[in-house]
Amino acid sequence: MVQAQGTEVSARTAEIVERLAGLEGPLLPILHEVQADFGYLPQESLTVIAHALNLSRAEVHGVASFYHDFRKAPAGRHVLKLCRAEACQSMGSDAVAERIKRLLGIDFHQTTLDGAVTLEPVYCLGLCACAPSAMLDGEVIGRLDAAKADEIVAEVRA
Amino acid sequence: MTTKIYVPADSGALALGADKVAKAIAQELAARGIDAQIVRNGSRGLYWLEPMVEVETPTGRIGYGPVMARDVGALFDAGFLNGGAHRLSLGRVEEIPFLARQTRLTFARCGITDPLSLDDYRAHGGLVGLEKAASMAPADIVATVTESGLRGRGGAGFPTGIKWNTVLGTQSDQKYIVCNADEGDSATFSDRMIMEGDPFVLIEGMTIAGIATGATKGFVYLRSEYPHAIATMNRAVEIARRAGILGTSVMGSAHAFDMEIRAGAGAYVCGEETSLLNSLEGKRGVVRAKPPLPAIEGLFGKPTVINNVISLASVPVILDKGAAYYKDFGMGRSRGTIPIQIAGNVKHGGLFEAAFGMTLGELVDEIGGGTFSGRPVKAVQVGGPLGAYFPRDLFDTPFDYEAFAAKDGLIGHAGITVFDDSADMLKQARFAMEFCAVESCGKCTPCRIGSVRGMETLDRLAQGIEPEAQIELVTDLCKTMKFGSLCALGGFIPYPVMSALTHFPDDFRPRAALEAAE
Repeated sequence: MVQAQGTEVSARTAEIVERLAGLEGPLLPILHEVQADFGYLPQESLTVIAHALNLSRAEVHGVASFYHDFRKAPAGRHVLKLCRAEACQSMGSDAVAERIKRLLGIDFHQTTLDGAVTLEPVYCLGLCACAPSAMLDGEVIGRLDAAKADEIVAEVRA
Repeated sequence: MTTKIYVPADSGALALGADKVAKAIAQELAARGIDAQIVRNGSRGLYWLEPMVEVETPTGRIGYGPVMARDVGALFDAGFLNGGAHRLSLGRVEEIPFLARQTRLTFARCGITDPLSLDDYRAHGGLVGLEKAASMAPADIVATVTESGLRGRGGAGFPTGIKWNTVLGTQSDQKYIVCNADEGDSATFSDRMIMEGDPFVLIEGMTIAGIATGATKGFVYLRSEYPHAIATMNRAVEIARRAGILGTSVMGSAHAFDMEIRAGAGAYVCGEETSLLNSLEGKRGVVRAKPPLPAIEGLFGKPTVINNVISLASVPVILDKGAAYYKDFGMGRSRGTIPIQIAGNVKHGGLFEAAFGMTLGELVDEIGGGTFSGRPVKAVQVGGPLGAYFPRDLFDTPFDYEAFAAKDGLIGHAGITVFDDSADMLKQARFAMEFCAVESCGKCTPCRIGSVRGMETLDRLAQGIEPEAQIELVTDLCKTMKFGSLCALGGFIPYPVMSALTHFPDDFRPRAALEAAE
């Protein structure tokens, strides 16, 4: 992905803020939209948001950094989330996660050097009766096993 | 009449390939020149059979499952459109024992109807509760909910009617209904299922809550891990608005009520009601001290009803059929039904709505059919990551708020995770501390620091370093966390840790000693 330049980031952020500022408690919806647009939260965006909502930059940074969803830097081309919660553990998610980490050569919260995939832990996708579960670019996956893990790795590497 | 084929669009079914199945069916229909309609319903909650395809026949709906895309051709050859025999045939869906044994009040329509069809919703008893509520005095609605015995299904079990009454009795220019749809507990998915499978029932329940308390605005705080539920709820709200169910005149009455769906951002602690309110306001999801109660000073400082999805989705049937009808189900002070979610290493995992009172053993062994792996059940965790681990010895515990509390556990949001005998309970206890460390909002010390120290202590125990001292330390630490934390995250993490330690002491013995003993 070509990263947007400073002035363009500011302009696009301002447009999002203007569209959503009328909501009651607009900050989270704005951060979600900015991340949906840029793939992460650029520093310039936070400045624009703070100014528009009459907040300090520290306040906006505080909110953005509190939530697991918001990124400071772009993710890889694919985002693979593996559920680490108890129901998935009971079905062997730890072993599957280790396999995927080994195949990709990265740990959780890391991106492969070729920028293909970012690996993230997630604590429950609500697919606990068909565990272990995962989410690849928003697509839900159930009954994850070694064979499916290998398929996923091949797919994101392609 | 055009044949109707049901292929669930529930996330659980999608995770197992339902979209591919629906596509394969559409292709076969086109190739064979057959006129039939594919309906994307919610899930019935029989996840070991998903994707479960149903066909409407003169003798009722016949199910097939689990169906893979590659099975579709053979199903057509077997005449499944007329309920033909096939190795995947499940017979009449209503007669599958897992469903037949349930009492579906809150989930009456889930998996049966097209989630976004208001006609379906009305045809299956929807909006009757709201119609009644619209012509009742607010105090009478609140009295009905109180009389029904409904308690908060999010986990705390606080009487819903009492909460509503406080909001009704508090004067303000603006009041809010907030639905807590931040269903973060592992083994729970009932909120997700109802929002994906019968979204109008939640809208109806929130609207009734609005009329009852004088609130005109509602928010559903829905976790970002549920993108399908977010999409379905947004579409349902739009449909309800166009149909005049939401808006300045709710179903032609003098009441105004509208609502918005808001996405969370991946913080587990936002399932705690006060941090959820902070998050909705656009702040860090940090827990607030109580008092003031949200019912008096809640969202933006205004009186706010904050209820779980299932609590609100149970209100329409209570208004429709009456408080006595609902109250008649259950035991002791736990009235009505509860959607129990059976998950993890279990043969028949899914959603089982039943009156309170079934024993844990019945649920795990009979309904759940034991483990998926076929190995013996070692432990079950009830109530998510903050719930206790129960050994088989406690399987006679009835599913009831007070009975679980008496055994040092909790029902929580009614999720059960089954573990087979390969589970290492020291590892599970350590995970509880790790989870708390990852998800702590950081406001209070026992939770923020205690969780990290707990993790380190259990690591030393695993390494066999002064085991007795570590056990004493972690027990003391759990006491501090239980009594010194501001909310249930730090306060309840001792449940999984101490239950694991109490019921499975062998797993906490030094590994070297264990190996020597074998």
